[in-house]
Amino acid sequence: MTMVINVDIRKTLRSGDRVFELDARFESASTRVVICGQSGAGKSQLLKAVAGLMTPDQGRIALGGRCLFDAAAGIDVTPQQRRVAYLFQDYALFPHLNVRQNIAFGLQRGWRNPLARADVEAVRYWLAAFELDHVAQQLPHQLSGGQRQRVALARALAPQPGALLLDEPFAALDPGLRERMRAELDALQRRLAIPMILITHDPEDVSAFGEHVLRMNQGRLEEHAHE
Amino acid sequence: MDSFFNEPAWIALRLSLKVACWATLLALVAGTGFGYLLARKRFFGRELLDAMLTLPMVMPPTVLGYYLLVLIGREGVVGAWLQHHFGINLIFTWQAAVIAAAVVAFPLVLKGARAAFETVDMQLEQAAMVLGVSPFGVFLRVTLPLAWRGVLGGTLLAFARSMGEFGATLMVAGSIPGKTQTLSIAVYEAVQAGQDDTANLLVIITSVVCVTVLVAANKLTPNRNPQR
Repeated sequence: MTMVINVDIRKTLRSGDRVFELDARFESASTRVVICGQSGAGKSQLLKAVAGLMTPDQGRIALGGRCLFDAAAGIDVTPQQRRVAYLFQDYALFPHLNVRQNIAFGLQRGWRNPLARADVEAVRYWLAAFELDHVAQQLPHQLSGGQRQRVALARALAPQPGALLLDEPFAALDPGLRERMRAELDALQRRLAIPMILITHDPEDVSAFGEHVLRMNQGRLEEHAHE
Repeated sequence: MDSFFNEPAWIALRLSLKVACWATLLALVAGTGFGYLLARKRFFGRELLDAMLTLPMVMPPTVLGYYLLVLIGREGVVGAWLQHHFGINLIFTWQAAVIAAAVVAFPLVLKGARAAFETVDMQLEQAAMVLGVSPFGVFLRVTLPLAWRGVLGGTLLAFARSMGEFGATLMVAGSIPGKTQTLSIAVYEAVQAGQDDTANLLVIITSVVCVTVLVAANKLTPNRNPQR
């Protein structure tokens, strides 16, 4: 599966007296794009723009030939309609819902949360795939770091998104666990063949996932030569 | 027993409870809505709007009553319109007492709700949006379940405040026994008329109701959130 991603956006961010200019342009046909850079370089803002959580001032974003954002044409697909998965740095699991409900969250659209015993095929699949069966009824704060990440991944992937966006996915983990979860994500991505964009400041992530590596520096993107 | 519950004191209590329940309901809906708006949306004049909406809490009730008369009185902007189109007159009805109590109690829900909504991590709402849930769905499924204790705390205070509302209510609803004479107004009338027995009974009833509400407020909002 090839999925071409086109990003060409500009955004001026202000907080107090600080003005930050985001000017990001890249195109990739790779299913493993890694954007690396120091914290505060604008990586998260770029990822949020792709997910529809931040609206750029100008430019356009297209994913697999589908236009998600085009300022000139007045197109701005809502985050709900973009069909992307987003893995937040600290996972953003719903603290009031158990593991089962967290995973089922995106499968049930309406105004009510899934039941605590929600027994859906897709939920069963992800609980088994990530060995979460024994913690299915537990709340996020009762889980270990690795389990939390698995729940977040399962929740993001259950609605069968077209792309996976990862914001510093291993930063919240212990170094030992980091290695294992990297291998797990690596195998998962290959198995699902889902296109992913990963942002990180960790060189280990770059060597593990970087098929197409871009470097972000003070709001600007540049191609990163392979070492 | 039948005559006991037809005592003016009990009639006043029943009326007070009815007025306070409706007023709390109105304050809950409006306070939650505006509380969410002020906590989550960035717009010009946000803090000014907050101040305007909090005004009923600090203004003398008589001033508030005057504003309400200007608004819903027979000659008032809304009052004249209601009279003309629907033949509805609000002044000196129990519904006017509801409006007065709701306006006075509304800022308590607003303050509690805004503070509670502001403690909810916006990333959780963003996560829900990306998972395909509509904005109102996100509010019902994520924001409200994580903020309900604060909203409820404000609501119970609003109920207690509605029960005690006096000044604005007297101005717009008057003091018609059995119709608009609430507990707090009945106390005033009893003291004025030198009916000490009635006054004592009314004061005891009011105190018991208020203590009950406050105990309930403390019981219902212990700090046992499953977060962290």
